[in-house]
Amino acid sequence: MPVHPHLKKVLVIGSGPIVIGQAAEFDYSGTQAVKSLIEEGLEVILVNSNPATIMTDKETAHKVYIEPLTKEFLLKIIHKEKPDGIVPTLGGQTALNLAVKLEEEGHLKRLGVQLLGCRVDTIQKAEDRKLFKELMQEIGEPVPESRIVTTVEEAQEFTARIGFPVIIRPAYTLGGTGGGIASDETELIAYATSGLAASPIQQCLIERSIAGFKEVEYEVIRDGNDNCIIVCNMENIDPVGVHTGDSIVIAPSQTLSDKEYQILRTSALKIIRSLKIEGGCNVQYAMDPHSFMYYVIEVNPRVSRSSALASKATGYPIAKIAAKIAVGLTLDEIINPVTKKTFACFEPALDYVVCKIPRWPFDKFVKANRRLGTQMKATGEVMALGRTLEESLLKAVRSLELGVYHLELPEWKNKTIPEMMIKIAGQDDERLFVVAEALRKGVTAKEIHELTRIDYFFLTKIQNIIAMEKKIESAGKSIDVIRDAKRMGFCDHYISKVWKCSEEDVYNFRKANNILPVFKMVDTCAGEFESSTPYYYSTYEKEDEVLESTKKKVIVLGSGPIRIGQGIEFDYATVHAIDAIRSMGYEAIVINNNPETVSTDFNISDRLYFEPLTVEDVFNVVDREKPIGVIVQFGGQTAINLAEPLAKRGVKILGTSTDDIDRAEDRKRFEELLRSLNIAQPLGITVTSIDEAVEKSAHLGFPVIVRPSYVLGGRAMEIVYNEHELLDYMSRAVQINPEHPVLIDRYMIGREMEVDAICDGETVFIPGIMEHIEKAGVHSGDSIAVYPPQTVGPDLLKILSDTTLSITRALNIKGLINLQFVIYHGEVFVLEVNPRSSRTIPFLSKVTGVPMAKIATKAILGESIIKQGYFHGTLPPKDFVAVKAPVFSFAKLSEVEIALGPEMKSTGEVMGKDKIFEKALHKAFVAAGVIIPDSGTILATINDLDKDEAVRIFKRFYEIGFDFLATEGTAKALKAAGIPVRTVARIGEAEHDIIKEIKSGRVALIVNTISKSKNVESDGFKMRRIAVERGLLCLTSLDTTEALLKTIERNTYTMDSL
Amino acid sequence: MKKIKLVLETGDEYVGESIGYDIDNIFSLGELVFNTSMTGYQEILSDPSYCDQMVVMTFPLIGNYGVNKDDFESLTPALKGFVVRECPPEGSNWRNEYSLRELLKRFKIPGIAGLDTRELTKKIRNKGVMKAVLVPENYPAQSVLAALSRSLGNDQIERVSTKNPIHFPGEGKRIILIDFGYKKNILRSLLKRNCDVVVVPWNASLEMIQSYRPQGILLSNGPGNPKDVPQVLPVIKELQTLYPMFSICMGHQLFALANGADTEKLKFGHRGANHPVKDLALGKVFMSSQNHGYSVTNQSINNTELEITQININDTTIEGLKHKKLPAFSVQYHPEACPGPEDTGWLFDDFLATIRN
Ligand SMILES: Nc1ncnc2c1ncn2[C@@H]1O[C@H](COP(=O)(O)OP(=O)(O)O)[C@@H](O)[C@H]1O
Ligand SMILES: Nc1ncnc2c1ncn2[C@@H]1O[C@H](COP(=O)(O)OP(=O)(O)O)[C@@H](O)[C@H]1O
Ligand SMILES: [Mg+2]
Ligand SMILES: [Mg+2]
Repeated sequence: MPVHPHLKKVLVIGSGPIVIGQAAEFDYSGTQAVKSLIEEGLEVILVNSNPATIMTDKETAHKVYIEPLTKEFLLKIIHKEKPDGIVPTLGGQTALNLAVKLEEEGHLKRLGVQLLGCRVDTIQKAEDRKLFKELMQEIGEPVPESRIVTTVEEAQEFTARIGFPVIIRPAYTLGGTGGGIASDETELIAYATSGLAASPIQQCLIERSIAGFKEVEYEVIRDGNDNCIIVCNMENIDPVGVHTGDSIVIAPSQTLSDKEYQILRTSALKIIRSLKIEGGCNVQYAMDPHSFMYYVIEVNPRVSRSSALASKATGYPIAKIAAKIAVGLTLDEIINPVTKKTFACFEPALDYVVCKIPRWPFDKFVKANRRLGTQMKATGEVMALGRTLEESLLKAVRSLELGVYHLELPEWKNKTIPEMMIKIAGQDDERLFVVAEALRKGVTAKEIHELTRIDYFFLTKIQNIIAMEKKIESAGKSIDVIRDAKRMGFCDHYISKVWKCSEEDVYNFRKANNILPVFKMVDTCAGEFESSTPYYYSTYEKEDEVLESTKKKVIVLGSGPIRIGQGIEFDYATVHAIDAIRSMGYEAIVINNNPETVSTDFNISDRLYFEPLTVEDVFNVVDREKPIGVIVQFGGQTAINLAEPLAKRGVKILGTSTDDIDRAEDRKRFEELLRSLNIAQPLGITVTSIDEAVEKSAHLGFPVIVRPSYVLGGRAMEIVYNEHELLDYMSRAVQINPEHPVLIDRYMIGREMEVDAICDGETVFIPGIMEHIEKAGVHSGDSIAVYPPQTVGPDLLKILSDTTLSITRALNIKGLINLQFVIYHGEVFVLEVNPRSSRTIPFLSKVTGVPMAKIATKAILGESIIKQGYFHGTLPPKDFVAVKAPVFSFAKLSEVEIALGPEMKSTGEVMGKDKIFEKALHKAFVAAGVIIPDSGTILATINDLDKDEAVRIFKRFYEIGFDFLATEGTAKALKAAGIPVRTVARIGEAEHDIIKEIKSGRVALIVNTISKSKNVESDGFKMRRIAVERGLLCLTSLDTTEALLKTIERNTYTMDSL
Repeated sequence: MKKIKLVLETGDEYVGESIGYDIDNIFSLGELVFNTSMTGYQEILSDPSYCDQMVVMTFPLIGNYGVNKDDFESLTPALKGFVVRECPPEGSNWRNEYSLRELLKRFKIPGIAGLDTRELTKKIRNKGVMKAVLVPENYPAQSVLAALSRSLGNDQIERVSTKNPIHFPGEGKRIILIDFGYKKNILRSLLKRNCDVVVVPWNASLEMIQSYRPQGILLSNGPGNPKDVPQVLPVIKELQTLYPMFSICMGHQLFALANGADTEKLKFGHRGANHPVKDLALGKVFMSSQNHGYSVTNQSINNTELEITQININDTTIEGLKHKKLPAFSVQYHPEACPGPEDTGWLFDDFLATIRN
């Protein structure tokens, strides 16, 4: 069937900001789907609040709206655009929920808009646990026994009947708070009690725990003609009990016999048919490792993280096909975009093994609870392909960029076996590594299996790796052993450590003995049909399949897995760079390992190499492709860090030279540079002992901002206000000695400004300057950024521009540069310069209409900025205001501090744009999911230093009708200012303490600025966590509070009696 | 690690690890084909249709879940060699009884691992199926050539078919399963539907078949070229006028030949678990499990009483036929699955339904 004839214009809903559990995969799916719909001749309107995506580029759809994803804003767009249909299955849970709301409230019917790809009752049946259970029972598919309970007794009753273990899942809580898996009566009572308490409606689902079963997923597609296919199945190495998003996943499944494979396949088809989904769907199973028994865990009636992974794992573009199906096409009339010869109606056959490993944010959140469970915690993931499982596993490990290149963690080398077993039982993010270490130390696979339920098949693979380590150790420089090791995925870095030589020596040895990788094609059909997919992975085999080309080539390095601090923004810039390279007549080649992103869609570039971003792996591609050079400045810190080692191996780095990169990044050399330019910078010192730190800090003057050059388990930059805090920090967070100095800067509390500029070596072009709402001290990535600046005058802006121009020129920048400034007492200081693409590039490009990454790429390749139609200087500001606001995923990460500081914590961003500042800000808040109160109670607990400012702000809140609850000191300050306030007791100091108040539901907003005093602080921490877990807005910066106030003030009226 | 060598008709040689039966002084000759199924190696190995063939598995990890007692498609594997990228010493699965390596040894099948099976697959794809030998690593070149020049013969069906009729009692319809090398799951599919099944040799006479008073006839799959057994065509022609008939794979090709159509050899055949087949009447596509090197020639249908019911989406080859007047139909693929998708199991029900009517 061709496209439904009545469809001319469709609206695609995006997934909004990146949060844990809903990340870059939706940019990939969405972008692909939109293109696919345009291919079918449809007019496509797109709405998404996330500016950091390719999806929201003007060029992606016919019209793009960067607006909050709420019913209200969506309705406005629908009214304006009058689409014939809405596609809700490409924007994750966000889009599905919105679609359900629109339909349930009758809007779609009223407006004559058709829901495409998925019916509302389908969404409900898949999402509502009770309806889902009923449907499964109706079609005879097994689900674990469960019961909804509202008392501990009911939970006990149910458990008495079905037996332990059971899983307790509190209703309507975020992050699975309060729940867990109970294996005896005591645990049951504990979890049921905490679960019921955590649930706002005092309700839990008690379900038979099937932890330990094999967790297997199937990606299914169905069209309107009821044709169904499986694109891919995937097996989690971590059995049921660890969320699939947090599991190490292998595709295709490895330990299922054909019988088991087909049992689940048949079931998946039955389920998608019963749900009548037209498009893609993901079915998760628990398979008994000892029988044919299985359970259906869950169904996602839409494209998902897993479908993105499956697309990259097989080459089969699920979202693209799902979009075409949503508008009426059937599988047997869609050409397979990979082979271009066969049709989309087939099931991909793989001839390689795919391994996905999640990337967790625990390097940033050192104090977080690292135990993995039924709630996802990872921010991103890496994928690797190999011809053996060992190879893809090891490639995935080194793609993670954890500073390890092999299946080993240095800090676990010297631990005892009992310590390891405890760690392994703890089921955390490092389990894979510690399992390997335990096996290395002689713990048997059986012992590990009993502890983890990881299948012997996988444990054996790890043992194979360990056996190879021993071989390498004992064999000396054996050609055969090294060849076998390379075939198993070992990296030169590991071998060089054993051989005690440089990595380059190992490479030379290999080269001399012709142990070099070949590149194989991903073709969806295991070689059965001819294909020319430009999608490759390296392996040590006989035949290389790279299609020769005579064109000049440029390699662009991607940014690897999404993590806090290096998000989708870098993928955005990478994709733009690719476009620009191609438009200049070169071939663009991408190397990246992130399966979620647009840059790893093989349709984007001329060739995609799905590889780890290490010197060795990148060099292999360079060796093979012989490009004119490699561009490193778009792939974040990942790619920049590879510049120097690659250059050392003779690779030409295009753009800013490695020496100039170093001048920007090396603290000493950068200081020298600024001094020579006569540009101010916060005073800073480097110290190597605690005594020195204390002495010199006093000299510098508190407060200071401290950052270690080496941290145990993560970076930890902190602001300290006095000697006492400094000593505390030194003893707690860092290792300090001459090898590991600590850097201390004066903390300049002032307005933070950010500038991105492009330079071709001569002309410096500044598209715009951004002002941060939060003062310096809150990481630039966590601050609300405003374009154009609202409170900074033209003189200062001129200084910022001039400073940018002179630094950029002095650094001989070719390409992009990012600068962060603080304005302190009317003077401009430089905080940091990044000689690369930055987080703000997509935002700034979109609001100024200047495609920065593209211009930069062309400049790198020799087309001057002038020739591209730009000039030396700063672009005048536009006549609207755009606000970029951060979005956090705190609810998913228990025990993480939510207070903002100099370490970045946000996972995503949204944008609000309007004619005036307050409206833009309002949109940004709404898009970020903030429920803006227009009246109600503010709970305040404010640090002494901030009290004056706080009172000033609260007074204005008071004037528009808010009332106050505050802890003692804050209450006193408010009263003194004539603001009525009720004092609230600290935790445990009265029956009705602060926690009770929050739980009562009467609080509309919490404002809490953090104080360092220990006992008070632990109270504050508890309070902030409870707020997060209850979805309550808790602000830790007065600047944010004031911004919120401004938007509320605009929309409310003052309440004064005569 | 013992080494073994695979030599192709083209002269290409691959040395790898011997994972199966030790061939110290002998060679094993077969037609080299590839299969793209990612699971189901035990069923593939024991499928009699692979008689005198060597199978390259395109999925690199084979043997992961070992071998179990249930998943054999015949008692004695008939293939001549097994070619994989990697085969573990042990399998891991609750049904695992022994390893794939052990199976190869038990049934005297040589196997080779460690080679670039993707390159090999592409070679077959580009050059077409060809003969190949597995020999000890240092087997003399002269002898390799001699081995490769041997013919594979045309008696595969005879060798894999049962010699005597076997009766599998059931309460339902009596079905005669003519054994050209049937897969056990065809039998199981009938028994599961309560049929009373008599498996008869490939060359059973009309009289012998009739003596069982059948209610339906099923022509099975089997190895080799359908044109190797012209003697069965008259029997089939006669049987279709007497009883409802359903034919699978080799059976389908024989059914076509018996009705005057022609068959041809495909360049590299269809072997895998992901072949899309469109049913023209239903307008729907099903995933099918396939294993065939020959197919019924499209144009040859024109002057026959046959009608095309199903086609392959990818290359539009014939996947299903039916007789315009008689209750007889056939499919080129394996509705009994094992290995592969179970999408078309309903064909057995359709067949039994024609008997009832
Ligand atoms: N009954 C159960 N017993 C044990 N673990 C379970 C059970 N149900 C689900 N899980 C685990 O919890 C994870 C998350 O559950 P799921 O319903 O898929 O939630 P989500 O919507 O977050 O994906 C699953 O991946 C699985 O590992
Ligand atoms: N000397 C300083 N005075 C005030 N704030 C600072 C100072 N140094 C850093 N900061 C704050 O810390 C944040 C992070 O510091 P920065 O050097 O930019 O590190 P990163 O490399 O993580 O971006 C900045 O965005 C700024 O808010
Ligand atoms: Mg899930
Ligand atoms: Mg910074």
